Amino acid sequence: MTATETRPAPPEAPRPPGWGGFLVGAARGLWRQLTSMRTALVLLFLLAVASIPGSVLPQSNVAIEQVQQYYRDHPTLAPWIERVDGFNVFGSPWFAAIYLLLFTSLIGCVIPRLRDHYRAIRSVPPNVPARLDRLPQHASAADHDGDIEGVAAALRKQRWRVAVRGDTVSAEKGYLKETGNLVFHVSLLAVLVAVALGSWYGWHGNRILVTGKDSSFCNSLQQYDEAKLGPRVDEGKLPPFCMTLDDFEATYQTSGQPKEFRASVTVEGDGPTRAASFSVNDPLRLDGASVYLLGHGYAPILRYTDRFGQTQTKEGPFLSTDEMQTSTGAISFPDANVDPATGKRDASLQMGFDGIYMPTAPDQAPFVTSRFPAEENPALLLTAYRGNLGLDAGIPSSVYRLDQAQIDAGRLKPVGEGKLLKPGETWTLDDGSTVQFVGTKEYATLSVRHDPGQGIALVAAVLALGGLMGSLFGKRRRVFFRLTSPSPTSSSRLLEAGGLPRTDYPGFAEEFASTVAAVREKKT
Amino acid sequence: MAALSDALLVVAMLGYLVAMICYAAVYAFGDRGAVARVATRELVGAGGPPVVEVVEEVRKPAVPGRVSWAGRIAAAVLVLAGVAQIGSLIFRGVAGDRLPWGNMYEYVLAATSVAAVAWIVVMVQRPALRHLGLYVALTQVVLLGVAALFLYVPVGPLVPALDSYWLAIHVTAVAISSGVFLIGFVPAGLFLIRSGWDNGKAGFPFTLGERLPTAAVLERLSFRLHAFAFPIWTFGALIAGPIWAEAAWGRYWGWDPKEVWAFISWIVYAGYLHARATPSVKKTTATWIAVLGFLTMLMNLFGVNLFFTGLHSYGGL
Ligand code: HEM
Repeated sequence: MTATETRPAPPEAPRPPGWGGFLVGAARGLWRQLTSMRTALVLLFLLAVASIPGSVLPQSNVAIEQVQQYYRDHPTLAPWIERVDGFNVFGSPWFAAIYLLLFTSLIGCVIPRLRDHYRAIRSVPPNVPARLDRLPQHASAADHDGDIEGVAAALRKQRWRVAVRGDTVSAEKGYLKETGNLVFHVSLLAVLVAVALGSWYGWHGNRILVTGKDSSFCNSLQQYDEAKLGPRVDEGKLPPFCMTLDDFEATYQTSGQPKEFRASVTVEGDGPTRAASFSVNDPLRLDGASVYLLGHGYAPILRYTDRFGQTQTKEGPFLSTDEMQTSTGAISFPDANVDPATGKRDASLQMGFDGIYMPTAPDQAPFVTSRFPAEENPALLLTAYRGNLGLDAGIPSSVYRLDQAQIDAGRLKPVGEGKLLKPGETWTLDDGSTVQFVGTKEYATLSVRHDPGQGIALVAAVLALGGLMGSLFGKRRRVFFRLTSPSPTSSSRLLEAGGLPRTDYPGFAEEFASTVAAVREKKT
Repeated sequence: MAALSDALLVVAMLGYLVAMICYAAVYAFGDRGAVARVATRELVGAGGPPVVEVVEEVRKPAVPGRVSWAGRIAAAVLVLAGVAQIGSLIFRGVAGDRLPWGNMYEYVLAATSVAAVAWIVVMVQRPALRHLGLYVALTQVVLLGVAALFLYVPVGPLVPALDSYWLAIHVTAVAISSGVFLIGFVPAGLFLIRSGWDNGKAGFPFTLGERLPTAAVLERLSFRLHAFAFPIWTFGALIAGPIWAEAAWGRYWGWDPKEVWAFISWIVYAGYLHARATPSVKKTTATWIAVLGFLTMLMNLFGVNLFFTGLHSYGGL
């Protein structure tokens, strides 16, 4: 981080004549510019500024729904933002350009410094300057009665690196500063490598898992609601495990504030079949993947008996919309009302229900929000629709709501008023068909992930911090001593000392004084 | 216990107000000359680093008795206010039977308590700088006021998202470093005022510079505090935070708004230390970067929590 010494510019290499020479010269100039401290600083700040839009605008990799909402709210602006990658700042080419330039600049700056530092560590401290009294710190004593070896020994004891030449000693200390600095910069490069590894070889998938054996899922791409594999991940080589959510336990304070969430699962395929449980902040670690509990909710179960007496049962996870787990969702029966005699499906007789589920419904209307997140007085406010669900159009649609376009176009029509159902209750519709609210199951929102870079990133970050401390608090400094005899006969001699802090170091005067004192005390 | 905690907060805020008034009296009656002389003696006596504290020429004949009393009372009241504030934090923890930094109110209380401690340490080590207590008290009153008025939530248990020992590690580290950055901000800002004054700027804030310690002293203190806080910050926000994020959210870094701003603050403070260590960069330029760093911290604490939705939910707000 610190550049207190300016390296002398390397001697200009002879430049071949002509255009080639011009290009080489220009490239060399550019490179020098890029690897200068100032450029690195500017790039660093640019990186900070460039990340601001990433916190202001919704990001598609973090919250795709919010991006969609943004499109609805700002229909003209949004496509422009999209064009400049505003919804994907951290994956955008311009963001990458900044950090790649920064890291190039870092490499360009670090490599010569590594070389210089390696030389500095191996070299001996320089000759004692002729005039010690010119140095920032200076002391002398006319009556020193030790010899030069004694001076050197005292310095070595204080862990100075010492060079004795004749009757002079040069000593240097504080290489840690530059070492730490280099460790820091190299570690930053390692963090970048770790991040790259993670994005190439890492993968993740999200999945809503409803309790019960029927809904268990296996770790394959098709079984995720949403998944992303790094470009170097082989889809067929995902760790083979299957998981059943046996039980989901949620406990709450009387205020409704959650106390604990815990998912109990059976895991197959990851070693012997076993039961396991995990919770928020305490993921399930499997071989090659970890499973995180991100959220939970309720999945109401509906049993629909159509006008031909055919019964189907379906469950649909509802999304919670507030702290009390008021949840909304939809359940569709596209295969309802198929005449069993002819087998003919009438696309205008499909059934869809949307509803608000309240784990603890209020005692009186309006029945729109839940009073408590646990199921103390569960009720489902259901609206029925008949018509064309619009599922065949091939447009991917949300499973949490019916197709609003179909409803607006009148192709999907509400049947009667909404109806509040308690578990077990049945509602008879105008055509004699019935829908029963059977009950609910709980579901857990899981994220399954693997990131091979994270261990490296952690080690690198810790090293970076260590290096940073060394570079911030280390101080490079030199002291010099010279012994001279005023006359060949006298036994006590003149000891001259000088000190030179090579970095900003306010406490150097004291250290110098105590070093001189230690040298004076040392007798041989 | 909860009531006691709330009462102590009020005591602390009143204390800071009283301290402010005393300091204001010192400023108004100006015994800067007398204090400066004492200060210089103390600096040398403490065997501190060879900061060249230029002995200010006595600008006004001092009225030593009364005014230095006001200064002493101010310092004492400020310490008492700090103690009350820490007491408020402790009793909050006792009442909730957990670490008292599990929501935004508590976080502000904890970070400002650290700032109080940091300031007391500075006062003990550099008595010459006691006078800056005015600005410390001002900052404290403002932040505690915001916390009490807008962020207050009753004591409650932790939500599952926070129920982790990483709360003790991550949040403690960021609270400590934020508190010290807060104290570092005071001399940084004052240094800018003072060096403006030295360069002949008149007009408001610069006229304050007359009564401030020398620019070099302020600048060095600001650097010390920032250099102390920065590694703790790095550890808390960029090591412990990501470790926790891995366990809680499944990824160690995901450019969540809080993460973005932690990253920005880190870059800005790193830029400050970098610039400070580069001889060709003027100290005022470097210090402006530190001030900017503090603004990004405020943005992270208030702006991000209140305006953006991210994973970093603060329980109870
Ligand atoms: C300015 C920087 C930061 C500050 C001031 C800060 C502060 C806090 C505070 C006060 C909490 C307590 C919980 C709460 O009330 O929400 C917390 C929790 C947490 N922090 Fe940070 N943090 C910062 C940066 C980070 C970063 C960069 C990460 C990860 C990369 C991180 C990860 C976490 C996690 C995982 C939790 C617990 C889960 C949760 O809040 O839902 N933090 N942080």
